[in-house]
Amino acid sequence: MIKAILVFNNHGKPRMSRFYQHYAEDIQQQIIRETFHLVSKRDDNVCNFLEGGTLIGGSDYKLIYRHYATLYFVFCVDSSESELGILDLIQVFVETLDKCFENVCELDLIFHVDKVHYILAELVMGGMVLETNMTEILTRIEEQNKMEKQEAGIAAAPARAVSAVKDMNIPQKIKDIKLPDLPSIGNLKF
Amino acid sequence: MALKKVKGTLERVLDKNLQDLVRGIRNHKENEAKYIAECIDEIKQELKQENLAIKSNAVNKLTYLQMLGYDISWAAFNIIEVMSSTKFTIKRIGYLSASQCFHDETDVLMLTTNMIRKDLSSQNIYDAGVALSGLSCFITADLARDLANDIMTLMTSSRPYLRKKAVLIMYKVFLQFPEALRPAFPRLKEKLEDADPGVQSAAVNVICELARKNPKNYLSLAPLFFKLMTSSTNNWVLIKIIKLFSALTPLEPRLGKKLIEPLTNLIHSTSAMSLLYECINTVIAGIPNHTASIQLCVQKLRILIEDSDQNLKYLGLLAMSRILATHPKSVQMHKDLILQCLDDKDESIRLRALDLLYGMVSKKNLMEIVKKLMIHMDKAEGSHYRDELLSKIILISSQSNYQFVTNFEWYVSILVELTRMEGTRHGKMIASQMLDVAIRVQAIRQFAVDQMAILLENSHVLANNSQRNGICEVLYAAAWICGEFSECLKDPKSTLEAMLRPKITILPGHIQSVYVQNILKLYGKVVRQAEDDGEEDLLREVNQLMSEKLPIFVSSADLEVQERACCILQLVKYVSKLLDKGAKIGDDIELLYAGELNPVAPKAQRKVPVPEGLDLDKWINQPPPESSDEEIGGPAFFTSGSEHRDTYQYESERKSYEPTAEELEKRREARKVEMEHNPHYLKGDIKKKSKKYDTSHIDDIPVATLDLSVPLHVPGLSASDKYLNMYSNVDTRDKSKKGKKGKKKKRRKGKETDSEEDLPAMHAVSTVEEMPEGAHLSDNENADEYSSDPFKKLDVNLDEPLRDDEKLPVRQHRLVLEASPDKELDGDTEKTKKKHRKEKEKKKDKKEKKEKKEKRDKKKSKSENKEKDGPTLLLTAAEEETASEANIVNNVENTANSTSPPEEQSDKTNDIEFWLSGSDAATTPSPVKDSRPVVNNVDRTKSPKLTVNDVLSSEEEDGAKVNEEKPKKKKEKRGSKKEKKEKKDKKKKDKLRRHEYEEAEGITTPSKENISMSQQGTPMEVQLPPMSSYKLLAENATLRMTYETRVSPQRSDQIIISVVFNNQTKNHLKDLEFNVLDTLNTKLIRGLGNSHHDAVRVPFILLPESQNEGQFAFSIESISMSQKMRGTLTYIIKSGDGSTHEKLDFKLHLPCSSYLVTTPCKSDEFAELLASGDLPEKGSCKLTPVDTEFPHVLAKMCFHLHFRLIEQVDKSASLFSKSIQGHPVCLLVKMVNGSLNVDGKSSESKLLSGLLDDIKSLLTEES
Repeated sequence: MIKAILVFNNHGKPRMSRFYQHYAEDIQQQIIRETFHLVSKRDDNVCNFLEGGTLIGGSDYKLIYRHYATLYFVFCVDSSESELGILDLIQVFVETLDKCFENVCELDLIFHVDKVHYILAELVMGGMVLETNMTEILTRIEEQNKMEKQEAGIAAAPARAVSAVKDMNIPQKIKDIKLPDLPSIGNLKF
Repeated sequence: MALKKVKGTLERVLDKNLQDLVRGIRNHKENEAKYIAECIDEIKQELKQENLAIKSNAVNKLTYLQMLGYDISWAAFNIIEVMSSTKFTIKRIGYLSASQCFHDETDVLMLTTNMIRKDLSSQNIYDAGVALSGLSCFITADLARDLANDIMTLMTSSRPYLRKKAVLIMYKVFLQFPEALRPAFPRLKEKLEDADPGVQSAAVNVICELARKNPKNYLSLAPLFFKLMTSSTNNWVLIKIIKLFSALTPLEPRLGKKLIEPLTNLIHSTSAMSLLYECINTVIAGIPNHTASIQLCVQKLRILIEDSDQNLKYLGLLAMSRILATHPKSVQMHKDLILQCLDDKDESIRLRALDLLYGMVSKKNLMEIVKKLMIHMDKAEGSHYRDELLSKIILISSQSNYQFVTNFEWYVSILVELTRMEGTRHGKMIASQMLDVAIRVQAIRQFAVDQMAILLENSHVLANNSQRNGICEVLYAAAWICGEFSECLKDPKSTLEAMLRPKITILPGHIQSVYVQNILKLYGKVVRQAEDDGEEDLLREVNQLMSEKLPIFVSSADLEVQERACCILQLVKYVSKLLDKGAKIGDDIELLYAGELNPVAPKAQRKVPVPEGLDLDKWINQPPPESSDEEIGGPAFFTSGSEHRDTYQYESERKSYEPTAEELEKRREARKVEMEHNPHYLKGDIKKKSKKYDTSHIDDIPVATLDLSVPLHVPGLSASDKYLNMYSNVDTRDKSKKGKKGKKKKRRKGKETDSEEDLPAMHAVSTVEEMPEGAHLSDNENADEYSSDPFKKLDVNLDEPLRDDEKLPVRQHRLVLEASPDKELDGDTEKTKKKHRKEKEKKKDKKEKKEKKEKRDKKKSKSENKEKDGPTLLLTAAEEETASEANIVNNVENTANSTSPPEEQSDKTNDIEFWLSGSDAATTPSPVKDSRPVVNNVDRTKSPKLTVNDVLSSEEEDGAKVNEEKPKKKKEKRGSKKEKKEKKDKKKKDKLRRHEYEEAEGITTPSKENISMSQQGTPMEVQLPPMSSYKLLAENATLRMTYETRVSPQRSDQIIISVVFNNQTKNHLKDLEFNVLDTLNTKLIRGLGNSHHDAVRVPFILLPESQNEGQFAFSIESISMSQKMRGTLTYIIKSGDGSTHEKLDFKLHLPCSSYLVTTPCKSDEFAELLASGDLPEKGSCKLTPVDTEFPHVLAKMCFHLHFRLIEQVDKSASLFSKSIQGHPVCLLVKMVNGSLNVDGKSSESKLLSGLLDDIKSLLTEES
């Protein structure tokens, strides 16, 4: 079982948090903070597993994480999950994000956290791995996007117009914080 | 109205959306909280709008705020509103928000049941999908119960996307609503073989999660998983399955054997590291005894550890530590690698390597390794890793009773050095090690005491840090050791001074109290020494010191310290008084602490027997009446001993009178006065007390401040390094010495250094531990710790057939006619029926295959495989009973084409047994078990209670049964409920029959028997004498054994002896072992691996005056000879005085008739057979039966000799039977003038003559 999936940046700002077990909001924040402290002090060339989160889990639980440029992706899992498997799952998750957002960067996650959630829902459900095949995941997401567009249709046209105007105000969406080139699937150890 | 709406919408277009919110927050970095508060106000406004699009926008923003740590539960109702939207986009926002913030206690969740149900049944798969995803996060027990059925329906959806999600969510449903597990399990199992890999993977996932908690219930799925494992290519699925197997294999050793091959193949072939790693893990967990596989794993792990990928290194070490537990030798070979990992820059890896160190140390390298760890400890940052290092140092040194410590001086030095470690949490651990070593290694005491004295001298260093860490615990040990072994102290007086320093008072109470206690010990020592040496000055000095310094402890806030200090202070005063008079008192003080203290075994306290008559729950005195609260209560909550006694003595008086208010007041006054005069009273006013004890000098005590340049270094410590050097010197010296000697010696030296035992241990560790008499350490005392595990509820037997009441709750309308839910139900059961039928057919196929295989195997071996938890050769009666029950039910159900779960069950168990034992070519799968139902069939047709009708009319009975079934079929069409009832009735009936059969008492009136009898109504209703097929085997005062033979036509080489053991004593009989001397023809089947001399264990204990039935299978070669075998039964009588071993010899007689199977034959077939000439052998005999009633004679023959009546005309009859090997036997019996003529025909002459002998002995013997 996966107990929680956390995404935060190099400064510990949460970018997405998903708990598969209920915690009060303040505890959630504490967990995020604690996890950040555990993870952030580790070098990039050490292993991606660590034990010893006190708030979440216990001896049976492990934190498995990957660090991409400015973001940490942390999965808190128990011993029924395969460590390397979860690492690959994180990779699949990030690659899916990359496909959906076209060169994903931290800003995408900042402004579209809801979409990130929808994508994650196609991978993991209720703490259990639902799908690991990326093409299947992408088809499902695309179909849902299509539905979204259909529904939006004319009704949402004014809203879109307004948001377009609003968008113009921002200096420009800076996409400088790019993820490094992701290794192709062929290189995956899986 | 509509216009207004549109207007509202247009206005709302300018509302912030999520992106605006995020942007806003980013732009208000300084006053984020304020900005968010404003936004929340806006959101509240938006939520008041009717338009769902606006609401959804608001909820979407709330979800974001939730991530930032804001509580949004106040909007729960609005979230539900958004969830109820018909638009997918809006609905999705609602469900997302709900999944983030709803939980068990969200009360609005109960409003959602119908909405979610609607979504689940939506045409749009994404509506249902989003609902399932959301539900998986916030499902409650109520939702689970109400929606279980809907989710079950989705499991069979035509869309794989929904099936997948539905399967996965079932796990959550089971957790919340455990009753759903059994009804849903068959469908879940089906999904394991779903066409869609995603669904399959989901099902595997769910079952793995379930099995992780209660593996034994899923053992029967092993063959299916095995198949999946060998066929699947999906690594995710494979990993899960392999993980599952690692949970299952410890329960079933045979499974491990079966897995070896595929697992090794995978290990060799796979390129996926994750899969390789899981395979290795499963091998370690499941087949730790298979050395070759373990070796392979260790090899592969070494490759992992050597990999540059830190992750693989980490996992390799992790798995290695698991191997360490079972195969320490294999791991030790890679010591170099593991030690190397200790230097890794990655802390996780170092920690894992530390775990492994435990198994790496030896006498030779312990010092070296510890030295290395000490260096690490100096360098280490972060207290966690340092603590870990410290505890590992202690662990590896102290393991298995200091097995590897050769020099305890070194070890004590290490311990003392460890006290320098800043901020460690393991002070207690070090302290207990110090105590342990000082007490148990006598030779080291002198040294230890010296070291401890130094520690005490420098206690300020340790005490200073007491606030921050637990290292001051060490002082506890130091004080105790110095006090207890004060005879080893070089300068007790200076140690005493050190212990009396005022700084001590900042130590925790429990340490101070040890100080105080040991101060007295030291004091005694000093006094005595001074007396012996006649140093009066010293005496006075010490007394002065004591009476000056002790009061600092008397005023301690800790009760224990205070009490001890008071006591000792008084003692010192008294002693000094005596000393002034010139008395010698040193010896007397020492007597206070005379005697050796031995370590107490950890379990000793629990082993002390409770003295007779001691009931700790009983009140010692009458429980105080409630009114006494008032009196004792109030300001004084520590009442003195005398006060206590008073209250209890008053007890009886108090009953007679009620104290008035004045009296109470008076008493209170009196108590106050008493308190004032009682020195042991802790008063609120401390000033008074300090005055009393005159401790005003406290501040005058000169405190020597030590100027330390290196604050944490304890001066005067012997560095542990010198021992290491010493050791290595010795080593090199040894080596050089040996090097000089001849080649022969060199070779020997090589050997010697290999074995580490020759390193001399310098000190002996005493292992004496105090235990109460008669108690043993090894006594098992695994008190059943009942854990309140939520998974307990999911621990249900999944192989059992579903009961009638086990159904998923189906939603029903309350005010509908009764008929409609019934219809619904019918539909449901019909579906399952169909399904079951299919399953059954599959099963049948399997069974057939199995039987074929069995026949093949049969020739190969006659020995049986007897596994621990596998099929035993003996079946208890109880077991058999259920089986026969199942069998009958099957018969009914086969004709009715309805479900037959019991058969399924037995099949299943047989399946897995078969599957598991199938790998061993030499074993046949438990023939006893297989033949069991068949045997019972025989039992059944041969009806349990004998009446003449019954015996003679068996054929008609069969016919009648067919008739009987016809109306039954009609009935079944009317409703499944009725059918079930019938089933139950049938079961009951059968139980009844079975019961009577077991008793084998006598005849009952025919009317009590089945309908067939009344239908038939043959005129011959003659009373028969009681008959039992059980014959006496042996009997003595304690035990009586009767037996019966049973055969099955399917197994021509086997006969089963069912023995009833009857305990005739009032004691328990246990360890019954049954053994028979095999003959050439007949051999007891004993199970694989047992020689033909071994006895077969009877798998039960006989309770006093009870009986139980065990079955023993014999393999036979030829059925034509009667057999007599000698055997013995050994058993243990367990009576109050003890147990005695006894044996009982018996002779087992197997007449030819025991090989006959009652076989029906129609009269025309019978005639044909006689005419065909297939029966060339003839035989006849003439005898005078004891019982001259012809029907009786026939009944007896049919019952005891397994014949069947074909035709009866007046006083002649023809009988038929068949041997298990298929030899037909025909008999013509005629009664003429009291004598009986029997003519027989058969294809086997020996069999026939044997049978005729049987008939003779049966009918002529007095019964």
